[in-house]
Amino acid sequence: MSAIILFTVTIAAIAGWWLSQQRLAAKPWLEQGVDVDVRGERGSSVPTAKIGLGVFLAVVGSLFALLISAYSMRNSMVDWRELPLPRLLWFNTGVLVISSVALQWALMAARRDDIDGLIVGLLIGGACAVTFLAGQLLVWQQLNVAGYFVASNPANSFFYLITAVHGLHLMGGLVALGRTTAKVWRGAPMMQMRLSVELCAIYWHFLLLVWLILLGLLTGWTDNFIDICRQLLT
Amino acid sequence: MVDIPFDEVAGIPPAEVGEVELYHPHSWWTRYVFSQDAKVIAVQYSITAMSIGMVALVLSWMMRLQLGFPGTFSFIDANQYLQFITMHGMIMVIYLLTALFLGGFGNYLIPLMVGARDMVFPYVNMLSYWVYLLAVLVLVATFFVPGGPTGAGWTLYPPQAILSGTPGQDWGIILMLASLILFIIGFTMGGLNYVVTVLQARTRGMTLMRMPLTVWGIFTATVMALLAFPALFVASVMLLLDRILGTSFFMPTLVEMGQLTKYGGGSPILFQHLFWFFGHPEVYIVALPAFGIISDLISTHARKNIFGYRMMVWAIVAIGALSFVVWAHHMYVSGMNPYFGFFFATTTLIIAIPTAIKVYNWVLTLWRGDIHLTVPMLFALAFIITFVNGGLTGLFLGNVVVDVPLSDTMFVVAHFHMVMGIAPIMAVFGGIYHWYPKVTGRMLNEALGRFHFWVTFIGAYAVFFPMHYLGLLGMPRRYHDIGETAFVPASAHDLNAFMSVAALIVGFAQLVFLFNLIWSLFKGKEAGSNPWGAASLEWQTPETPPGHGNWGKELPIVYRWAYDYSVPGAARDFVPQNEPPAGLATQGAHP
Amino acid sequence: MAVALVLLLVAVASVLFHIYSPWWWTPIASNWRYIDDTINLTFWITGAVFCAVIAFMAYCVFRFHHKEGRRAAYNPENKKLEWWLSIVTAVGVAAMLAPGLVVWHQFVTVPDDATDVEVVGQQWMWSYRLPGKDGRLGTSDARLISPDNPLGLNPNDPNGQDDIVVQNDDLHLPVGKSVKVLLRSIDVLHDFYVPEFRAKMDMIPGSVTYYWFTPTRTGTFDVLCAELCGVAHAQMRSRVIVEEAKEYHAWLERQRTFAELSGQHDVAKAAYKTGSE
Repeated sequence: MSAIILFTVTIAAIAGWWLSQQRLAAKPWLEQGVDVDVRGERGSSVPTAKIGLGVFLAVVGSLFALLISAYSMRNSMVDWRELPLPRLLWFNTGVLVISSVALQWALMAARRDDIDGLIVGLLIGGACAVTFLAGQLLVWQQLNVAGYFVASNPANSFFYLITAVHGLHLMGGLVALGRTTAKVWRGAPMMQMRLSVELCAIYWHFLLLVWLILLGLLTGWTDNFIDICRQLLT
Repeated sequence: MVDIPFDEVAGIPPAEVGEVELYHPHSWWTRYVFSQDAKVIAVQYSITAMSIGMVALVLSWMMRLQLGFPGTFSFIDANQYLQFITMHGMIMVIYLLTALFLGGFGNYLIPLMVGARDMVFPYVNMLSYWVYLLAVLVLVATFFVPGGPTGAGWTLYPPQAILSGTPGQDWGIILMLASLILFIIGFTMGGLNYVVTVLQARTRGMTLMRMPLTVWGIFTATVMALLAFPALFVASVMLLLDRILGTSFFMPTLVEMGQLTKYGGGSPILFQHLFWFFGHPEVYIVALPAFGIISDLISTHARKNIFGYRMMVWAIVAIGALSFVVWAHHMYVSGMNPYFGFFFATTTLIIAIPTAIKVYNWVLTLWRGDIHLTVPMLFALAFIITFVNGGLTGLFLGNVVVDVPLSDTMFVVAHFHMVMGIAPIMAVFGGIYHWYPKVTGRMLNEALGRFHFWVTFIGAYAVFFPMHYLGLLGMPRRYHDIGETAFVPASAHDLNAFMSVAALIVGFAQLVFLFNLIWSLFKGKEAGSNPWGAASLEWQTPETPPGHGNWGKELPIVYRWAYDYSVPGAARDFVPQNEPPAGLATQGAHP
Repeated sequence: MAVALVLLLVAVASVLFHIYSPWWWTPIASNWRYIDDTINLTFWITGAVFCAVIAFMAYCVFRFHHKEGRRAAYNPENKKLEWWLSIVTAVGVAAMLAPGLVVWHQFVTVPDDATDVEVVGQQWMWSYRLPGKDGRLGTSDARLISPDNPLGLNPNDPNGQDDIVVQNDDLHLPVGKSVKVLLRSIDVLHDFYVPEFRAKMDMIPGSVTYYWFTPTRTGTFDVLCAELCGVAHAQMRSRVIVEEAKEYHAWLERQRTFAELSGQHDVAKAAYKTGSE
């Protein structure tokens, strides 16, 4: 359960930092008037939708941290048999990186009001994400052909489960991206679209990060990394 | 006051709480059914939760009939008994209490208490309710599928939950897990709203330290739920895959009815870790809103500010954080590494300290107050008694070695019913008697309310207090019939029968409450806008019940905390949060 | 007034119920008297807190209930009082936790001279296995379970040949000798629970859990299952008979070893074969 504990501690640290800005030691019965409300002065007006996305990503993060916890609890047992990872996964990873970069590019285009750049970025990003999903399906198929079925042993089950959960989240993101692209296509004002594009980009980067962590986990690199850290500490 | 422009009060630039685009319903259909108004959604949540709660109540009668008079009722056998306990527990904990506190009270009170027009994502909020309703319907469907609902106990421990020795192994468990998954999806949608509304939509002047403790409780509980429910989600998905696809996440090599199964390599303990990583925060997800509601009820009806408000806030946050590192105290005898016991016993008992502070502060609020013994106040007092009782028995079960003889006995059943059954239900009732006038504009009938209170409180106490002693005796839980056992004296059966009679009486008293809810809707005394003389913002709405958008033309401005009761020098014994201080009223009055 | 009185009565009735309750734990039959002592200590501390809180509350309701013209005192907080209460609470909690942890340390530390006894749970009966003359239990695996070998013992393990297998019958234990109970399940979770011994632990398919105790008095004790294990959970019963060493050894002599049981089975099979021919 160390992954989820680590994750919870991180969330607690963020929450603690935020709470520390909120004057929790104030004595509210001594204060009257509106001066004490300092929210307006900071000018840190993060759009509500962005906060909403942030909270949602915390929930998704918790989900993946729990999957990772479960995975690492199980793979530390003696009878763990790794399944060979198809090389196609590396191609998929590359595609997902391009997808994320394209959306970042779209966001930058949106910021400088470059409508063509925005559309190209969104389309490339979407196409790459779809390619990634197709590639993941192909990976499943290759594994199936090679005889690594979902129920053969826990390592296989975890692989299919983790990739499926990640893929489903990406599919959810594609719905949002599709709606955004459609709106841009129909010529919605750039000002309104900037936020939507930014939210998509953030979500994509987050899923990329999650994927890289998962990949590290599935290839066993994370284990090596943790071992190295442990050796450095002792 | 109404026409003060925001940016000219005390020369402060406007905060980012400006007008949100409000959704306006155009037909009866979108106004009352597919409504995006948090108040309507709150009522929908509450009615659904209480309806399914009635089912769970009836199930509890069945269980009590069987326990009190084993063998008398031919329509209850061992299979059904297990199905009853499972569905009773699941419904009460998740579909009633979680949904009612967060979906019901949360939706209604958060926007009103922080001075918002609505939740920040009304459409998602509406979806949340409909997904929740779907989850409830799937749950109800399990009663009608072949094999009936699952009888795996509300903890759904594998391997037993998905093997053939357990009732409902066919469809019951599949639909149960599907329903949980739906519930979590629906809850996440709602939970995002509650959290972001508190973060973003507080009105001018509503700092965190001016929020009523109800909002603090619901807010913290929601944050916890958002982080903890994924654990149940993961566990449910994995168990569902084990059941449907034959994977072995939680299934070791095992024999089912003499036959070796195809399962192998899974870890049952892993499920328990995931389940309780959700399950323990869940206890506080139910308790923290109750803490908040009780704080507000006591303060309002004792006409005194809540004692030690800051400590109360810190305690809520501390309890919320600590509750994530105590989950394995449910697993002391699960066969996990026994050395974990030292850590988890320590963290568990540390939680007792902030919790105790909350209790002290409630009773110290009563000290030198002006206590109006209204029905909400009575429920608040009963909450304190039942919660203290249940909390203290928690110190038995949290202390690892004491837990060894008591775990899986009726002592545990008595403990968690007292602390997260009766006590939160007292808070729910108190809250309903308190806020019903705001929701409907009419008071609930007082005489019926008092009758309901005394029967419920004394009756429930009579059911669950003696139950601890059956546990001490060693009577195990989840037994439909203790049968021939040397260490159980005949008198224990008499005690069981007594508890069953008390439980039936308590159950019927709830019908009086339901009658009161409906009768008062039409015949209740007109309440006016602020019948209790409360200071917090929800009582200061221009209309009662609050209209669409809550606040008429202008959002309220908050000048003080929510607990200005009996302030020396003030004319009345309460000062509403949006009443400007004497100096500022003239200063702010620009033409 | 009446309300205050009822609140007080609830506390008084609870205490009286506690004192006069005929429902109390069964007489102990193991060395875990410390567990009972810790429970008693916890009762004293929590009982005092329970009574104090309710009495204070009842007094407040009695003294400060609403009367015409009464106005509540204005008292936002009292840091000193709150800190004192926190410290006193912390001390009380520590007073319960410290002995609890000490006893838990004993509970998880198995003495060297404890003899192994294996308890196997399955839906819905108990089986037992005792080490033979070599004092060691053989290995086992759920994959080896068959009608001939219901506990899944490893036939190739020399340690296991002389193990004594007690299937679906009472377990006998000698009084005064420490026992390490190894817990194994072949299907679902079970929990070997004897109320008089105070100790219990879940059994998990796929792994072996344990606890230890020393029986301190002779007698016959009911075994129950304390972890929900399916529809006949409540009927999953057995008995433990604690007796003097002499009687115990007499019983032990009458039991069959694994080798004898499987051999007997072969013999029976052979006899059947010749019979049918």
